[in-house]
Amino acid sequence: MNANRPQRKCSRVVAVLSAGVMLTSCREGLLDPHGPVGAAERVILYDATTIMLAVVVPVILLTLGVAWWFRASNRRATYRPEWEYSGTIEMIVWAIPALVILFLGGIAWIGSHELDPPKPLASEKTALEIEVVSLDWRWLFIYPNQRIATVNRLVVPTGVPVHFRLTSSSVMNSFFIPQLGSQIYTMPGMTTQLNLQADQAGSYFGLSAQFSGPGFSDMHFTLVADSSEKFASWVGEVRARGGVLDGATFAQLARPTRADGELTYGAVADDPFDTIAHGHFATLWSPEEAL
Amino acid sequence: MSAGEQALHGFSGVALALRGPAPTKVVAGFGFWLFLLSDIIMFAALFAAYAVLSDATAGGPAGAGLFEKPRVFLETLCLLTSSVTCGFGTLAMFRADTRATYFWMGITFLLGVCFLTIEGREFASMVAAGAGPSHSAFLSAFFALVGTHGLHVSVGLIWLIIMMVQLKTLGLEPMVTRRLYCFGLFWHALDIVWIGVFTIVYLGAK
Amino acid sequence: MLGRLSWSAIPLDQPIVMGTCGTIVIVLAGLVTLVTVKRWWPYLWREWITSVDHKRIGVMYMVLGLVMLVRGFADALMMRSQLALAAGHALGYLPPEHYDQIFTAHGTIMIFFVAMPFVIGLMNFALPLQLGVRDVAFPVLNSVSFWLTASGVALVNLSLFVGEFARTGWLAYPPLSELAYSPGVGVDYYLWSLQLSGIGTLLSGINLTTTILKMRAPGMGYLRMPIFCWTALASNLLIVAAFPVLTATFAMLLLDRYCDFHFFTNELGGNPMMYINLIWIWGHPEVYILILPAFGVFSEVVATFSGKPLFGYRSMVAATMGICVLSFIVWLHHFFTMGAGADVNGFFGIATMVIAVPTGVKVFNWLFTMYGGRVRFTVPVYWTLGFIVTFVIGGMTGVLMAIPPADFVLHNSLFLVAHFHNVAIGGVVFGAMAGYTYWFPKAFGFKLDERLGKAVFWCWFVGFYLAFMPLYALGLMGATRRMQHYPDAHWQPLMLVALAGAVVILIGVALTVVQLAKSIRERRANRDETGDPWNGRTLEWSIPSPPPAWNFSVLPSVEHVDAYWETKREGAVRRLIPGNFRDLHLPRNTPVGIFMAFFAVILGFALIWRIEWLAAAGLVGAVAVALREFWKTDREESVPAREVAAFEQAHTLRRAPWRASPIPTRGGQSLPSAAACLLQEVSHERG
Repeated sequence: MNANRPQRKCSRVVAVLSAGVMLTSCREGLLDPHGPVGAAERVILYDATTIMLAVVVPVILLTLGVAWWFRASNRRATYRPEWEYSGTIEMIVWAIPALVILFLGGIAWIGSHELDPPKPLASEKTALEIEVVSLDWRWLFIYPNQRIATVNRLVVPTGVPVHFRLTSSSVMNSFFIPQLGSQIYTMPGMTTQLNLQADQAGSYFGLSAQFSGPGFSDMHFTLVADSSEKFASWVGEVRARGGVLDGATFAQLARPTRADGELTYGAVADDPFDTIAHGHFATLWSPEEAL
Repeated sequence: MSAGEQALHGFSGVALALRGPAPTKVVAGFGFWLFLLSDIIMFAALFAAYAVLSDATAGGPAGAGLFEKPRVFLETLCLLTSSVTCGFGTLAMFRADTRATYFWMGITFLLGVCFLTIEGREFASMVAAGAGPSHSAFLSAFFALVGTHGLHVSVGLIWLIIMMVQLKTLGLEPMVTRRLYCFGLFWHALDIVWIGVFTIVYLGAK
Repeated sequence: MLGRLSWSAIPLDQPIVMGTCGTIVIVLAGLVTLVTVKRWWPYLWREWITSVDHKRIGVMYMVLGLVMLVRGFADALMMRSQLALAAGHALGYLPPEHYDQIFTAHGTIMIFFVAMPFVIGLMNFALPLQLGVRDVAFPVLNSVSFWLTASGVALVNLSLFVGEFARTGWLAYPPLSELAYSPGVGVDYYLWSLQLSGIGTLLSGINLTTTILKMRAPGMGYLRMPIFCWTALASNLLIVAAFPVLTATFAMLLLDRYCDFHFFTNELGGNPMMYINLIWIWGHPEVYILILPAFGVFSEVVATFSGKPLFGYRSMVAATMGICVLSFIVWLHHFFTMGAGADVNGFFGIATMVIAVPTGVKVFNWLFTMYGGRVRFTVPVYWTLGFIVTFVIGGMTGVLMAIPPADFVLHNSLFLVAHFHNVAIGGVVFGAMAGYTYWFPKAFGFKLDERLGKAVFWCWFVGFYLAFMPLYALGLMGATRRMQHYPDAHWQPLMLVALAGAVVILIGVALTVVQLAKSIRERRANRDETGDPWNGRTLEWSIPSPPPAWNFSVLPSVEHVDAYWETKREGAVRRLIPGNFRDLHLPRNTPVGIFMAFFAVILGFALIWRIEWLAAAGLVGAVAVALREFWKTDREESVPAREVAAFEQAHTLRRAPWRASPIPTRGGQSLPSAAACLLQEVSHERG
C-alpha cells in the first residue's frame, strides 16, 4: 500500500547525501585541474554526466512513481492486464538511449583524438622533454636535453607543454598526476607517450595508478611547476649537487625499495632511457624482496 | 489440436522447435558439438598468441629456419588419412559391422601414432638444437599451439582405445555408438585445427 | 618428496590468518559432529552429495555462494577498516604483504565463487522447471560441474591454511604475476583453483545451452520461452564462447611459471600486453554472464507481481541477444590507458556505449510492465525497484568511463571501483536475492519471512550507498584503487562513511541467515499449499512445491508465452485419468562428481606445491573415477506409474490455485479462488 513511501523518501535522502558527497570532491583532484588536458577532460566529465542525468533522473523518478501509482491497493489506477506492446513506445524507448549514445559517441570519438596522450599540445613554446622510468617502487625522471635526472620529484616550467616518454624497469605501472590530466601506463620493454602542461604554479601530487607490488602505496611523486626562470635555476642547482646516473647507479635505483624519498643526479651518462626501454635493465625480486 | 499436442501425438508435421525434448542421440551430439566449438575457441586464443608472438624470436631462430616441409607434409598426410579411415570406421559402426569397425579404427589409431611420432621427433630435434620453448616467446607460442594439438591427438588415441575396449565388452549399445560417433566428431575437428596449424604455422613461417 | 611444501608454509606468524583458520576449523568440526551425531550422513550422501537432480544441484550452488560470500565479505570489511585507519602517516593494521592478498582474494572469491555460483545455481534450479522438462540435458555432468566449482573453493580456502594467495589483483596481470615478481605459491593457488572451477563452468555452459535449445516442453517454440530462459541462453552461450579463452590464457601463464615459457615475461620477447587483451576478451563477457540472468529474474518478477505480461517481450529478446553479441567487441575499454591510439580507443568507446542502448531499452520495458499493472510490493519487487534505481546510476558512470579521455583520469581510481560495485551489487547481488526469494517457496515448499526480507533489502540498499558513494567522490579526488594507505588525511572521513556502509551490509548478510533460520522454524505457517504462491505466469508454478524428482508428471503442452497464466485464464479443467501416467525414467545418483572433485583438489594442491608423485596420483584417480562412470550401463531408475499417480492424487486435492484477476490483500497476497480453476494436461506423454 504505502510500502513505497519509505522507499521514495529514503531514495531522496540518499540522493541528497550523494550530491553532498560529490560536492566535497570539488576542492582538489580531477575537478580542479590546473592544466589544459585536465581542463578539457573536466568539461567532458561535466557535459557527459549532465546529458546522462537528464535521462537517468527522470527514469528513476518515473520508475518509483509508476510503481507507487500502480500499487495493487490503488483502486484509482487503471488495470490493463493485456497491455504488453505499443509500437510508439518501442520506438521512443529505443530512440532515447540511441540518441544519447549517438551524442556521447561523438564526444568519445572527437575526445579520443583531441586528447590522445601522444598528441602534442597546441603551444608556441617548445615542449620540454622528460623521460620517465617506473621502478620498484619509485619514479625516475630523466631530462635528456638538460642531462640531469631526479627521483620522485619533477620540476617543470608553467605554461610550457611537457612531452613525456615513459617505460618501466620491471612491472606495469601508470603515471598519473590527477590535477594535470591523463594517465598513461608504463610497460617494460615498451615506450608510451604523454603530453601535459601545468598552467599554474604549484606542487602537484603524482602517483602510480596500476598496482605493482608491496611498495605500490608509497609510489608517490611530486610535480612542481614554477616560472621558467625558477626552472632554469633549479636545473643549475641539480647539476651543482653532482651525482651521475649511469649503469651502476641505475642498478642500485632499480633494486626493490619502499621509500618515497627524493634524489637528484647532476649528470646522465649515455642514453639510459633507450637502454631501459629496450628491456636491458629488468630487475628480478628475490622471495624476500617480493614480501 | 495445438502444435504441442500434435507433437505429443507424434505428428511429423510439427516444426522441430515445437516437438518437445529431442531424443538422447540428438542431445548428446549437440552437446558434444558445443564442446568442440569451445575447444576451437581455445585454439583460437592460442593461434592469436602465436600470431602476436611470431616475430618475437629474441634474436634466436625463426620458423623458416626450423621447420622441415617434408616432415610436415608427412604428418599432414597421416592425420588427414586417419580422418578418412575414422569415417570408414564410423560408417561400419552404423552398419553394425564390428569387425570392420575394429579394422578401420585400428588403422586410424596407427596413423595417429605415426603423426605423434613424427611430431615428437620434430620437437625433440628442435630442443636439441637449442630451439626449445624457453628460448623465445615465438618458440613458446609454437610449442604451446602445436603441442596442445598434439595433446588433443594423444587424448583422442587413448579415448579410441577405451572405445574399442567398450565395444568389445558392451557391444553396439546405443551408448557406445553415440560415444564412437562423438569420437569421430572430435577426430575430424582435430583435423580442421591441424589445417589451421599447417597453414598458419608451417606454410606461414617467416 | 614433498616438493616445495614444508612446515613453514603454515602462516603461524600471522595472527589474523591463524584466527580465521581456527574459526573455520571449529565451525567445520562442529558441523561434521552435528551431522554425525544426528546420523544425517546417509541422507546427505543419498539426497544431496550424489544427487544429479538439477533442483538439488541448484540449491547446493546457492549454499556454496552464500558461504563464500561470508569469506569475500570478511575480506571487504578488512579492506574498509584498514583504509579507515591508514590515513596520512598511519599505516593501519594490515601490512602490504597481507593486504595485497586480501584484495586479490576479495575480487577472485566474489566473482568466481559467489556471483557465478549464485547465477548458475538459479539457472540450474529454474530452467528445466520453466522449460517444462524433467532435468537438464546432462545431469551427471551437472553434478561434476558443481563439484569442480567446489574443488576450486577448496583450494582457495586451503591457501589460507597452507601457503599464501596471489598478491596481484584478481586478474593477475603479468609481469607482476610471473615467477620473477611472484615467486611464491600464491599465483599458483589462484591459477589452479580457477582452471579447475573454470572447467566446471564451461561444462555447465554446454549443459544449459543444450537444455534450452534441445529440451523444451512440446509446443514451446523459442518465442514462447520465458524471458529468463532467453537471458540464461545468452549467458550460457557467453560461457561457452568466453571461458575457453580464460583457460588458454591461464594455461599460458602456467606454462610461463612452470616450464619457463615466455608468453608474458619481460625477457626473450614476452608480451604482457597480450595477456591483458586476452584476459579481458574473457573478462568483459564474464560480467554479462553474471548480469543477464539477473535481468531475466527481474523480468519474471516484474511481470508476475504486476499481474501483467512483460512489456515488449520480443524487443527484450532482441535486446538480450544484442547484448550477448556486443559483449565481445568492447574489451579494450578496460585498458584505454595502455596507449592503443585514438582510433582504437574511439572504436571501443563507441562500441561500449552501444551496449548501453539495449540495456536502457530493458529498463524502459520493465517500467512499462508495471504501468497498467497491479504491483504487489513483495520482497522480490523491493529488490527489483532497488536494482532499477541503483543499476542506472552504475550504468551511467560506466558510460561516462567509456569516453576514453574521461577514462584517462578515472581509470583504476576508486571511481572505477564504485562503478563496478554499483553494477555488480545493484545488478547481480540484488538479482540473486530477488531470485532466491522468488523461487525459494518452489524449492522448499514454504515462503521466506517477508518482514525480515524487507529488512535485508534495506540493509543492502542503504549500506551500498553509504559504502560506495564516498568512493565515487574519492575517485574524483584522485584516489586510486588497491592502496594500502594514503597520504591525504582529508580522505579519511569518506573512508569512515564507507566502512559504516560495509557494516550496514554486514547486518544485511547476518539478517539473511536469521531470516532463513526463522523461516525454517515457522515453515508450517508459511507453507505453500498450492505450488503457486505468487500467482505466477510460467510453468514452474504449475507443479507442487517442492516438485517431485521428475518435475512434471505429464509434460505440459505449451501454446503461449506465459503458458501457465494462459491456462489459468482459460479456466482449464484438469482431468486425472489414472491411465494417463506412464513409468518414468530418472537418472540415478552417482558419486562421480564428488570423487572427481576430491582428486581434482589433490591434483591442484600437488601441482601448486610441485609434488610430482601426488599430482600423478591425483590425475590417475580422476581418470579412474571417470572411467568407472564411463562403463556404467545401469544409469537410470524407474518411477512406476502408480507412484506418479499417487503423488498427483495427494497434491491435487490440496491445491486451489489463483483466479486470473486476484484481489490483493494487505500482505500483498491474493485470496485463492473458491472456484475450481484447474489445470488441463494432455493425455499423452513424451518419454
